Amino acid sequence: MSASSVHSLWTTAAPVADKFPTPHIEYAQLSPVLIVMGAAALGVLVEAFLPRRSRYTAQVGLAAVGLAAAFAAIVALADKGYGSTKAHIAAMGAVAVDGPALFLQGTILLVGFVAIFTFAERRLDPPPSYAGGTPNSRQPVDSFAAQGSAVPGSEQEKAAVRAGFTSTEVFPLLMFAVGGMLIFPAANDLLTLFVALEVFSLPLYILCALARRNRLMSQEAAVKYFLLGAFSSAFLLFGIALLYGYAGTVSYSGISAVIDGTAPMTPALADTTGNDALLLIGLAMVVMGLLFKVGAVPFHMWTPDVYQGAPTPVTGFMASATKVAAFGALLRLLYVVLPGMRWDWRPVMWGVAILTMLAGAVIAVTQTDVKRLLAYSSIAHAGFILAGVIATTPAGISSVLFYLAAYSFVTLGAFAVVTLVRDAGGEATHLSRWAGLGRRSPLVAAVFAVFLLAFAGIPLTSGFAGKFAVFQAAAAGGAMPLVIVGVISSAIAAFFYVRVIVLMFFSEPKPDGPTVAVPSVMTSTAIAVGVAVTLVLGLAPQYFLDLADKAGVFVR
Amino acid sequence: MSFPLLTVTAAVPAVGAVVTAAVPAAQRTTAKYTALLFSLATLVFAAVALVRFDPDGNRYQLTESHAWVKDFGLRYELGVDGIAVVMVALTALLIPFVMLAGWHDADPLEDANPNRRWRPTQGFFALILLVEAMVVLSFEATDVFLFYIFFEAMLIPVYFLIGGFGDRAHAAGEDEAARQRSYAAVKFLLYNLAGGLIMLAAVIGLYTVTAHQLGTGTFSLQEILSARASGKLHIETSTERWLFLGFFFAFAVKAPLWPLHTWLPNAMGESTAPVAVLITAVVDKVGTFAMLRYCLQLFPEASKWATPVVLVLALISIVYGALLAVGQRDIKRLIAYASVSHFGFIILGIFAMTTQGQSGATLYMVNHGISTAALLLVAGFLITRRGSRLIADFGGVQKVAPILAGTFLIGGLATLSLPGLAPFVSEFLVLVGTFSRYPVLGIIATLGIVLAALYVLVLYQRTMTGPVKAGIEGMSDLKARELLVVTPLIALLLFLGVYPKPVTDIINPSVHHTLSDVHKTDPKPALEAKK
Repeated sequence: MSASSVHSLWTTAAPVADKFPTPHIEYAQLSPVLIVMGAAALGVLVEAFLPRRSRYTAQVGLAAVGLAAAFAAIVALADKGYGSTKAHIAAMGAVAVDGPALFLQGTILLVGFVAIFTFAERRLDPPPSYAGGTPNSRQPVDSFAAQGSAVPGSEQEKAAVRAGFTSTEVFPLLMFAVGGMLIFPAANDLLTLFVALEVFSLPLYILCALARRNRLMSQEAAVKYFLLGAFSSAFLLFGIALLYGYAGTVSYSGISAVIDGTAPMTPALADTTGNDALLLIGLAMVVMGLLFKVGAVPFHMWTPDVYQGAPTPVTGFMASATKVAAFGALLRLLYVVLPGMRWDWRPVMWGVAILTMLAGAVIAVTQTDVKRLLAYSSIAHAGFILAGVIATTPAGISSVLFYLAAYSFVTLGAFAVVTLVRDAGGEATHLSRWAGLGRRSPLVAAVFAVFLLAFAGIPLTSGFAGKFAVFQAAAAGGAMPLVIVGVISSAIAAFFYVRVIVLMFFSEPKPDGPTVAVPSVMTSTAIAVGVAVTLVLGLAPQYFLDLADKAGVFVR
Repeated sequence: MSFPLLTVTAAVPAVGAVVTAAVPAAQRTTAKYTALLFSLATLVFAAVALVRFDPDGNRYQLTESHAWVKDFGLRYELGVDGIAVVMVALTALLIPFVMLAGWHDADPLEDANPNRRWRPTQGFFALILLVEAMVVLSFEATDVFLFYIFFEAMLIPVYFLIGGFGDRAHAAGEDEAARQRSYAAVKFLLYNLAGGLIMLAAVIGLYTVTAHQLGTGTFSLQEILSARASGKLHIETSTERWLFLGFFFAFAVKAPLWPLHTWLPNAMGESTAPVAVLITAVVDKVGTFAMLRYCLQLFPEASKWATPVVLVLALISIVYGALLAVGQRDIKRLIAYASVSHFGFIILGIFAMTTQGQSGATLYMVNHGISTAALLLVAGFLITRRGSRLIADFGGVQKVAPILAGTFLIGGLATLSLPGLAPFVSEFLVLVGTFSRYPVLGIIATLGIVLAALYVLVLYQRTMTGPVKAGIEGMSDLKARELLVVTPLIALLLFLGVYPKPVTDIINPSVHHTLSDVHKTDPKPALEAKK
């Protein structure tokens, strides 16, 4: 099988553009991104001009409407056939509008929409009570710092807390992050990829630093995330430079054509072709940058610290949406740009997938903090998804799409539950504090158990459907050893999921144990959506698998 | 479209589980009766299925087939052969007894009232119904993947039954009891989950093979079998062996076969007697059943290849389980090791690959279910009364509670396969079936019977005879509810011991089908062969 015929398995050729295209932007096809970015910009204005007391309502409303409108735009685009027959490359080669892009963007928007609910929760933390404050001035507060710029423990911070400030700017930050994530999996040249990466990373760094409780830990997490993130961005950028040096272009189709040898030969190109060192090193560096965002071993080090330190609603959003966006970008890069190179990247990715699955599962066994536990579990899951990525078949694409959708809602729901279990110091994330939760709050414990079982991949949950899909694709793609490593690490992973269930249901509650806060309708909705998606995708996944199947073709 | 009898048989307990769980916390008795009612309704439907099953008809009857998840090749395909329909009936029969026996097991303790939303009683009965639904579906499934789903999913409710509702008669105190209980529950889950996940890899492998050779992957048992019969599907020898091992490993954990049996004594010891019955008499049967249906039918060549090893493991199970049972000081663990020995007999019968062996093994599954239920439930009554499960704490029970002692004796005699009681027929068939092909193995297996007599009679002697021990004096005899549990089981043991024909008539044609799949015929009797 020649490289180009393999290539045509999962890509359709886009109509050839005019030789001298008039610069134009397909506003309609980019509308999801534009709506989200517009709403984010409006949010900044709201923050600047609206009085403090009306900001919360305005921000939540604006964000929700913005994401809903963007999702409606996605549905409209998919309905017009942009996901299949009319898939093409918009914005002068910068952004692809095709099935995988629309599917992933839709997933990210839904995840973002549910995340707004957890961001907007204001009933969990008791309103600050100070001797000086009058009861009337007590405003409900959310999980975010009263004033991000105030030094933890300072007089300024106390004043901000006393005044009942809340950080409503988290909503525009969330929207900017979502906007960047929408572009990331659709980016069709390396520069757009890099810009999108930065657009969604920077708001996330800030969001990580904004926890109301444990502010030092939160800021430490943000600094770690920022430093390592900057490091990985540098890798990505250097890789892009090398690839440009090799191919003379940053567009995906251009690089792919050079690799396949189908590009028209120019003198400049003739100098570099044959110089595979540029290509291989560049490729490795770009992939490294993406694997960092995915949280694959050995680029996973930031995950537990950041997941633990960040405010839990942010962790939930980050763990689900970032993964969707980053895997989308990785898929597009490997399937569109580098299929001709797959004999080079597959062995490496095999190693990465095996390491990620095993390391995530094994290290998670020793964790004693529920957020760190979920962080390592997310690493193991990244390994499972990589197994599907490696399949390099159409089934591989659609199984990864499905897994991402299934996984992100479980994650979102699980972290939303974590916000509920609290004691005097805020969230009680140490596992020993969860003992006997099932006795005290059977419903919350049962819901968390459902999420844990889904993570563990027990049949009849979405986790099983997703896991089966990627393993099936991997086996069909000739990666049976990966499947076997996958089931072994699933068995290891089952141990620690089960341990939490044991702790919740079979241990006696501690007398001074944490209480379960009664959430407002916001978090309840988020959790309910998580449970519903987990069960629906577990019991009747066919519709969504069809959707993922239909979306499983990249435009070139 | 005909009435989906098999679906209904599984759906009734599933619905019952939801309804029972929804009963308000204060109305515990309502919840119990609701659950019992649903289990009896299930029994009615299972009985109808048994009656409507025609032993001489098609191999799989009452079939239903619907697409479920096209992308996975998963179909909702149900159908029963003679073996499956009997197993479904056994399950449906035992569940009401399990519930009746555990009537008060999940009542909240008087002093413990942590939360008005904590509803252990509702949970207990709902979980039992949930297990029943999943076990029934795994007997009825004729799609390998569908079977796998329920085979794996049933672990969760069983896990909660073991870990959440432990034996209150624990000598070591409440904290230690809770620790051991959750240890047992986790051990159960991890063993079985690991087995299941290995099987998942084999299931995916099977799909890949069928997808490769037939164009579209399938899990449908009938499709795979007919494709292989027509030569369209040919599984390579080494592939077949790997797949067989993947499947067999999961079933051997579940069954359980030595050396994968170690979770069973923990699980049975720490759970209440009714839950222990549920595990050993109902859930574990899925393992041996699946060996018959999936290992032998899907991978006949590999099954023959593995036979020597499996037979040896089964023999070790028989002798080792019986020896350890002799040495136990704990009544429930004794019965657990006895079960390990009995599962050894069942697996021996299956892999002896003779008609007598396999119909004996199938009949053994039924009889073991009934006899273990009888013995273990009476033992449970005994343990609840004394508040201890150590053999040393009992003595002279027959003087104060003669009916209890008598039923215990009958249950025990059934366990040691006394002629006249049902297990004798099946054990004899298994031994004859084994002997006709492997005389030496048959002789060693007979050791199991001798040892069984030892552990059962010593148990009876120590607990029931002799001077009345302290703590036994005021022991009450069986109450009406308890008699209602034990009497029908004993009647069944007697009936099937004398007249097993109704069951064997249903089983035998299916056993012939299975054997013809493996291309095995019965060996000629030795005398005839000499002529």
